[in-house]
Amino acid sequence: MCLAYPYQIVEITGPFTAKATVEGVTKEIYISLIGEPLKPGDWVLVHVGFAIQKIDEKSALETLKSYHEFFPEEHP
Amino acid sequence: MNFSLKNILNLTKDPHLVKKLINQIKGILSGVERSLKIMEFCGGHTHSLLKFGLDEALKPEIEFLHGPGCPVCVLSLERLNLALKIADEKEVIFTTYGDLMRVPNSEGISLLSLRAKGRDIRMISNAMESLNIAKENPEKLVIFFAIGFETTTPQTAFLIERARAEKINNLKVISNHMLTPAVLDFLLSKNGVYMDGIIGPGHVSAVIGARAYEEVAHKFNLPMVISGFEPIDILLAVKLLVEKILKKERGVFIAYERAVTYQGNLKAKELINKVFKVRESFSWRGLGEVPFSGFSIKEEYENWDGEKFFEIPKTEEYSRGCLCGIILQGKAKPKDCKLFGKICTPGTPIGPCMVSSEGACLAYFKYKGPLS
Repeated sequence: MCLAYPYQIVEITGPFTAKATVEGVTKEIYISLIGEPLKPGDWVLVHVGFAIQKIDEKSALETLKSYHEFFPEEHP
Repeated sequence: MNFSLKNILNLTKDPHLVKKLINQIKGILSGVERSLKIMEFCGGHTHSLLKFGLDEALKPEIEFLHGPGCPVCVLSLERLNLALKIADEKEVIFTTYGDLMRVPNSEGISLLSLRAKGRDIRMISNAMESLNIAKENPEKLVIFFAIGFETTTPQTAFLIERARAEKINNLKVISNHMLTPAVLDFLLSKNGVYMDGIIGPGHVSAVIGARAYEEVAHKFNLPMVISGFEPIDILLAVKLLVEKILKKERGVFIAYERAVTYQGNLKAKELINKVFKVRESFSWRGLGEVPFSGFSIKEEYENWDGEKFFEIPKTEEYSRGCLCGIILQGKAKPKDCKLFGKICTPGTPIGPCMVSSEGACLAYFKYKGPLS
């Protein structure tokens, strides 16, 4: 029940809802728990139909870069 | 290489990185003579560890203790009987999340068996579906049996808020929402299970923030690292945790920065506090009464509080030999249970640990087989 998946916002559809997609699956989600404004292209973590956090792309990229620095030979 | 978020999500499963990280962790632990005992609180982590074979790969340097982070597993039998009693009422439409459907009580009755008998029991994947069902069926009483830790609590709070705003009075909510820091405190103070460190729940922390665990980490002098759920996420968390254990550093650390902050989701927490209050005590399967570990609905919203309308049936804890209540405290492994893989299987579960997608027994059966 604590499983949550990253979705990318496609369209804001109402005061509480948005259309969001991941790997070809598009569905309506609630965005009413997110305090900051969301726009198409933003990534959110979705749990039982609600976005519970905006995914921080910047820190995700930093993590990726740190893998890259760790193991440079694997990912030229 | 293009550093897009899609790449990151793919890379978190990269087998080469998995091997490298495992070797790194084993290297860090090469001078340590005993196995480190690490509890992964969350059942989602238990499933990831077993699914990707990380628990085996990190043996014998690390032994994982599987924690209570499975909301369906820790639901007390009296609460399960309450669900069954309400769902058996003819004028009720009963809604809940899917994991609960197949959990049997002491008599072997489950929501699924009641539905087979003709009761209107609906599995939902979004709390708001209950509101729509209530609007479409004004002559019926719709009961949402809300279950989950803090990850699902704000959704229920939003549902109750909307029911009040839209004056939908035929919807009632039974809150079984539970607080994870409280049960962790209880486990560490009452349980007597030794652990060197804790892998903390990623998605609960996305809501309540890593800071919520600081008090318990310091009280018990332990390091805790908040982790994501992909193999690389978990290994990075284990690596950080192992480093903190060896350096004897205490406190809460985040290894899941893309989703978790120290303060959490302020709007979601505000909504929780608006609609819910903390109960003085809440009953957990296997643990009994745990102080300040459950959420009940505030008086202002009592018109939507199902507990005002239904009484909890008196229930004797009777386990039919099932060790679920002990397994979820990290005191036993599924293989220690005589029922495991024999009469208790995913097709014929005896206890919730074999039913829930976060239950340890289901993980062992699925990924290690019935003789694990």
